Amino acid sequence: MRKVMKYTVIDLLRSRWTYFYCGFFFILSGLLFLLSNDPSQVIITLMNVVLILVPLISTIFGVMYYYNSREFAELLLAQPIKRTDIFLGQYLGIACSLSFSIALGIGLPLLIFSSISDLSIGNYLMLIVTGIFLSLIFSAISFLTALLFENKLKGFGASIFIWLFFAIIYDALFLIALSFFSDYPLENFALFASIGNPIDLSRILIILKLDISALMGYTGALFSKLMGNFNGMLVAFSVLMAWIIIPLVGIVRVSLKKDF
Amino acid sequence: MGRVVLTFIFIFICSVSNAEIIKVCATCNFTTISSAINNASAGDVIEIHQGVYTEGNLLIDKAISVVGVDWPILDGQNENEILTIISDGVRVEGLILRNVGTSYLEDRSALRLRNSSDFIIKNNRLENAFFGIYLERSNNGIVADNRIIGEAVDEMSSGNGIHLWYCKNIEVSNNIVSSHRDGIYFEFVDNSKVHGNISEHNLRYGLHFMFSNFDEYFQNTFRDNGAGVAVMFSKKIDMYDNLFENNWGKSSYGLLLKEIYDAEITNNKFIKNTIGVYVEGSTRINYSANIFKNNGWAIKVRGGCLDNFISGNDFISNTFDLSVPSNIEGNSFDGNYWSEYKGYDLDKDGIGDVPHRPVKLFNFIVFKTPEAMVLLRSLFVELINITERVSPVFTPKNVTDNSPSMKSFF
Amino acid sequence: MGTIKIEDLHKSFGSNDVLKGIDLDFKSQGITAVLGPNSSGKTTLIKTILGMVIPDSGSIFINGSDIKKNWSYRKQIGYLPQIARFPENLKVSELLSMMKNLRDEKCDEDYWIDFFELQPFLNKRLANLSGGTRQKVNITQAFMFDSPILILDEPTAGLDPVSRIKFKEKLFEEKMKGKQILVTTHIMNLVEDIADDLIFILEGKIHYRGHPTHLKNSFHTKDFEKAIARMVSGSTGDKADHPDTLFCEKYKMTL
Repeated sequence: MRKVMKYTVIDLLRSRWTYFYCGFFFILSGLLFLLSNDPSQVIITLMNVVLILVPLISTIFGVMYYYNSREFAELLLAQPIKRTDIFLGQYLGIACSLSFSIALGIGLPLLIFSSISDLSIGNYLMLIVTGIFLSLIFSAISFLTALLFENKLKGFGASIFIWLFFAIIYDALFLIALSFFSDYPLENFALFASIGNPIDLSRILIILKLDISALMGYTGALFSKLMGNFNGMLVAFSVLMAWIIIPLVGIVRVSLKKDF
Repeated sequence: MGRVVLTFIFIFICSVSNAEIIKVCATCNFTTISSAINNASAGDVIEIHQGVYTEGNLLIDKAISVVGVDWPILDGQNENEILTIISDGVRVEGLILRNVGTSYLEDRSALRLRNSSDFIIKNNRLENAFFGIYLERSNNGIVADNRIIGEAVDEMSSGNGIHLWYCKNIEVSNNIVSSHRDGIYFEFVDNSKVHGNISEHNLRYGLHFMFSNFDEYFQNTFRDNGAGVAVMFSKKIDMYDNLFENNWGKSSYGLLLKEIYDAEITNNKFIKNTIGVYVEGSTRINYSANIFKNNGWAIKVRGGCLDNFISGNDFISNTFDLSVPSNIEGNSFDGNYWSEYKGYDLDKDGIGDVPHRPVKLFNFIVFKTPEAMVLLRSLFVELINITERVSPVFTPKNVTDNSPSMKSFF
Repeated sequence: MGTIKIEDLHKSFGSNDVLKGIDLDFKSQGITAVLGPNSSGKTTLIKTILGMVIPDSGSIFINGSDIKKNWSYRKQIGYLPQIARFPENLKVSELLSMMKNLRDEKCDEDYWIDFFELQPFLNKRLANLSGGTRQKVNITQAFMFDSPILILDEPTAGLDPVSRIKFKEKLFEEKMKGKQILVTTHIMNLVEDIADDLIFILEGKIHYRGHPTHLKNSFHTKDFEKAIARMVSGSTGDKADHPDTLFCEKYKMTL
């Protein structure tokens, strides 16, 4: 697994797309630091970009890498290594290079500009950490999707749909449900519904750090109470971890049964 | 106010002309304050020197000055009120009053004035008082330069820093009040001024007006309170040059207006409050030249508002600039600067050519279903906000700035 | 020594039965050509031996041990895939050391680098190589481990004539070393030149097995391609006067 991962990382770190991705975040966050004098505004803008783009790009990366390396995967399958090692190795390679891009693209401007801006490091780190989690989650989901679809176009379509679902459709359904049942107490529903979507959960983790929680009234207080402390964070990150592990289990199971 | 000052000058001249100075200390003729008060006559100055005095409740019933030298400590030992003043023309200065003790039965205070007038309470330090300075039915006085630091934990078992009840012509200035229930409390207080105070970390309000008219407060800082200032059931209150900052919490606001008439709100800064101004039933209020920045809601209206004019204010980076009920009528929102404004100015007159609607659709949804707030800043919500901005359907037509400024006023 | 034994192998993809009971036995060294029209099942058969496709029933034994739920048996196999697509941003040397790293076996890549004169390309990225050079790299990675069994899918595709001749000679040498070599190809000349055993798969079954010369003799022709065409038409019976056309139509096979 480590060997496959190592060479996947080497391959991807030489890919210009990795540089585009990393460079995009570097330039964006750098510009935001330079142009905005309000650090929490920098974080909010970056948060919006991270919550939309990171899952999308990770999804596309995961699918593209799988289909592009299909023939090579066949060669690897003929080698004396375990199937799961090949696909987990490739996934870890993708996940590593995506996380590396995020950490560098958003983190480096922090190192450069932190001295001139009274930014709270904790909030910013939360942004990087959730960004990395979203990369790991969505590349795992899309890698699994690609593994399930032999047809490249179908696999691509399904992955984009999954992204769309978590980025927009889920929230739309969520909002409709909230409006529809607005006569009932909805705090617990709101809590579980937002934990059910890794993008929503990441957004709320960052927002709680930004103290916008106070705006959320009773629901926000509940969220702060549940997720504001160490145990809450532990729960939130366990849920995010589960969002990585479940697709990974899927990858293992599918790859063991699949005919190539 | 001039009358007040003249009276003070008069008293001062009197006291200098035939004043006697009575010293209190461990080695003086008088070792207790109570004996000194008993022996004093009107116009005398009691000079209390360094030391700790635990004499229970002291009654001042003559026009004397009580002045501390090198911060003597009057300790209530968590049982007693410390000073009760029932005479006119009293001056209290330079004392440390501490440990009044909580009571659920009576409003115990470190320093009480009852039916007193022409007084000066200046430069004292109050520590761990239940109520700090308590004025009842007192007129024409000054409460200035005091530091009133409480140890309030919850609203039920805490008192107010400076408490005024049925008073007139009082000046409350340059005090620092913190960690009480309300920092400064006015009930049935008319023609008074509150200025230069810093009121912070109070559990409920930094400054609280109830049934008080013709008052003004200015150049104060209200910071980290449960809520900055509450003005309720009052008329003709002028509020200017104040800073409302960081009043942050799930039911916090910079300024709460409830059932008030004819107020001027000018040149204030509302920065990082959960709600900048929370309005419930207010009539003929002018908001001008205020800055609303980084608040959750800059102004949140819960209904019953008529003839409010909001003009020449800056709304910058608030999560929501305005939240109003759908049936709001007869208020004006013209001529403000909105950092959210996405319009253009082709004729370069500094005024946007397209009207601005400060109420977002999501705002509207949250008004009806508060739990929907968990979707704040999600992509879907941004999308529906954009859709609504392009073709407004749900947001109220009469909440529109028809002449939005292109540039910030400050 | 590389023996392969296949017993009653079945595989279907959905409702499509691809392998319908294959029995095969490769005992000694030799070069076997695995032929068959498109979708006859020959690719599936090879992939099953390599473990890429999991059979529905039947067993495969490599050097006597069952390959079910086993991956280490692939140490005995060198595989040359038809489409030589490698991670584009890796250099040739990195690809080779990756394969070495993965297999962790005795390896003689220098010999093959010399053989194909690949030294100038070692530091180039695989994305920048021509098809022929890439195929040379491909052959190198398959042969450099000295595995007793070699499975080659269209080995000469993209090679220039000189390299092709050199490679054919090399194949003989490898066979003489005692290796078991399975080749699938569409180039019948290559089959005639190198194969000493021929398997023809049709509709998921072994239709013919024997020596190429024997096949020609039994269908009374000197032309190898014609012999195959006759064999197939004989099996179907009708339209015997236009066997070639029939064959091509039915199996869309480019001969």
